[in-house]
Amino acid sequence: MAETRRFVCIVCPRGCALEVDVDVDVAGEGKAVLALRGNACARGEVYGRSEIVDPRRSLTSTVRVANGKRRRLPVRSTGTIPLPRLREAARALDGIVVEGPLACGTVIAVDFLGLGVDIVATDQLERGM
Amino acid sequence: MVDRKEYDVLVIGGGPAGLAAALSASGTGARVGLIEREECLGGILKQCVHDGFGLVRFGQMLSGPEYARRFIDLVEGSDIAVHLETFVHAARRLASAGGGYVLECVSRDEGVFEAYAPALVLATGCRERSDRQVFIHGDRPAGVLTAGLAQHLVNIEGVLPGRRAVILGSGDIGLIMARRLTLEGMEVEGVYELKAEPSGLSRNLQQCLSDFGIPLHLLMTVVEIHGKRRVEAVTAARVDLRGSVIAGSERLVECDTLVLSVGLIPENELALSLGLGLDPSTKGPKVDQGGGAGEGIFVCGNALHVNDLVDYVSESGEAAGRDAAGHALSIGAAGGTAAPGRRVAVKAGPGFLYAVPQFIDLSRPGPAVIYFRVNSTLREGARVSLSAAGETLLGKRYPALRPPEMERLEIDPGRVPEGCDSLWLELERKEADLG
Ligand SMILES: Cc1cc2nc3c(=O)[nH]c(=O)nc-3n(C[C@H](O)[C@H](O)[C@H](O)COP(=O)(O)OP(=O)(O)OC[C@H]3O[C@@H](n4cnc5c(N)ncnc54)[C@H](O)[C@@H]3O)c2cc1C
Ligand code: SF4
Repeated sequence: MAETRRFVCIVCPRGCALEVDVDVDVAGEGKAVLALRGNACARGEVYGRSEIVDPRRSLTSTVRVANGKRRRLPVRSTGTIPLPRLREAARALDGIVVEGPLACGTVIAVDFLGLGVDIVATDQLERGM
Repeated sequence: MVDRKEYDVLVIGGGPAGLAAALSASGTGARVGLIEREECLGGILKQCVHDGFGLVRFGQMLSGPEYARRFIDLVEGSDIAVHLETFVHAARRLASAGGGYVLECVSRDEGVFEAYAPALVLATGCRERSDRQVFIHGDRPAGVLTAGLAQHLVNIEGVLPGRRAVILGSGDIGLIMARRLTLEGMEVEGVYELKAEPSGLSRNLQQCLSDFGIPLHLLMTVVEIHGKRRVEAVTAARVDLRGSVIAGSERLVECDTLVLSVGLIPENELALSLGLGLDPSTKGPKVDQGGGAGEGIFVCGNALHVNDLVDYVSESGEAAGRDAAGHALSIGAAGGTAAPGRRVAVKAGPGFLYAVPQFIDLSRPGPAVIYFRVNSTLREGARVSLSAAGETLLGKRYPALRPPEMERLEIDPGRVPEGCDSLWLELERKEADLG
């Protein structure tokens, strides 16, 4: 059974309105993409297709700093995480504590929760004072 | 005698606008002083840990701190004099030949000092509208805060403001905070928007609300806050298209936190104290394409008009820094006078909220960028054109235009015909949007 799903491409600020024709299987899970419209570029096509089969997001958050005058260090995932596991991943960051000095881009956690992505610092930390 | 530091260009504000302005001024050989009241450079970007910055400029999705870092590293490697934890509390224009400005500064490390420069760049950013500017009944217990303050608490201090939040207003910061609070373990009951259309970017509605099943209630507002010491609940109600509350539609929503995301206003106290008039539609000074507001004052970034993309903030900072340096150096060369070039006014026709700059100086080389916003959503695409004395100079087609999304056009000042004194920005709607 075919149906059309409408959502916004989040890859860039242009925010194209995508329309995707999906062949839905008996369980109601979108599986095959029949056609995709509304994207202004190729990245939108890639995003629109993966959004149907396996929606993923990158994670940005902060972790605790043990020393130094700053309390939090901003971090991000190096790649995307399955959307249904985003909250769990954000909660798991609560257990991480870092110490300065540390350069922007430093890997804080390798293969985080086995998700195949690393967590890296998105700012530098000066030496603790 | 108070210590006086002399520069060619003084930049007030160390956010992305001020960083770009300082770098471009310094790049032309000017001596630049950069003044920031906080402990570190970066401005509002320090607390924007989400990504989505720099796509236009760097073709990458950076977080706010990463975007800022690229400019901070350049500033630290330059000879720009950075004054941190320094607040500019007053500015005055010198009456003597050559003019120029004296800033009265208070600094943690340097004490009280004055700074002088023939050209001034105002990059002071914007501030958030707060509950005093929104009409809500009831007390002001703990738990009522602006979205930017919530962002500061969570991302800088590492503190959650409560357990269950209601967000009033669908501006981007509110949407970003809906996701942030959810990921940090708070429950976000919903986002309430007075208007019939959300005021944030479509992509933020998708990735901050839809992704987490957070409802967006259009044509609804918060009319009353309950609770003595701490928020216990709010009353939400439906409104009609004119914003009047529909009697009988009130319902009680339990929450301990009310986050206000009801808009940003350019910060222009210094501009006002220097006698600059503000454009009522942008709430920022009226400027030319280099942010020039006259007599050696240049304005850029969110102090000029509220931007949704940092890339354009940096672009406006670069233009302002370059022109400020040009002004300072030409004053030095001409022994006290910098002749203004011929100017034409930029006027936005029906369908626009505003256009910036308000003037184009035709003597300036290189393309002039005009930023604009429309006042209602055009989904089917629209053509925006720029005309002078009935002649169309250029036209551009946009797939969609929405009020939250600022757009830009470039015009070569050399193409403006002789003898015309205004340029008109016009909107041609497609038939589908007229109905
Ligand atoms: C919460 C939030 C989320 C955003 N999300 C995005 C996004 O996802 N993507 C995107 O591209 N853009 C985003 N933006 C927009 C963009 O980041 C901002 O528009 C931009 O950072 C504004 O830069 P600015 O330099 O004009 O102002 P600011 O960054 O506010 O800098 C102004 C600086 O001036 C200093 N200052 C002010 N007055 C004085 C004084 N009297 N003396 C000394 N110093 C002073 C302040 O301390 C501050 O550091 C967001 C903006 C906000 C507020
Ligand atoms: S389709 Fe391309 S242009 Fe449109 S929002 Fe996605 S990435 Fe941007």
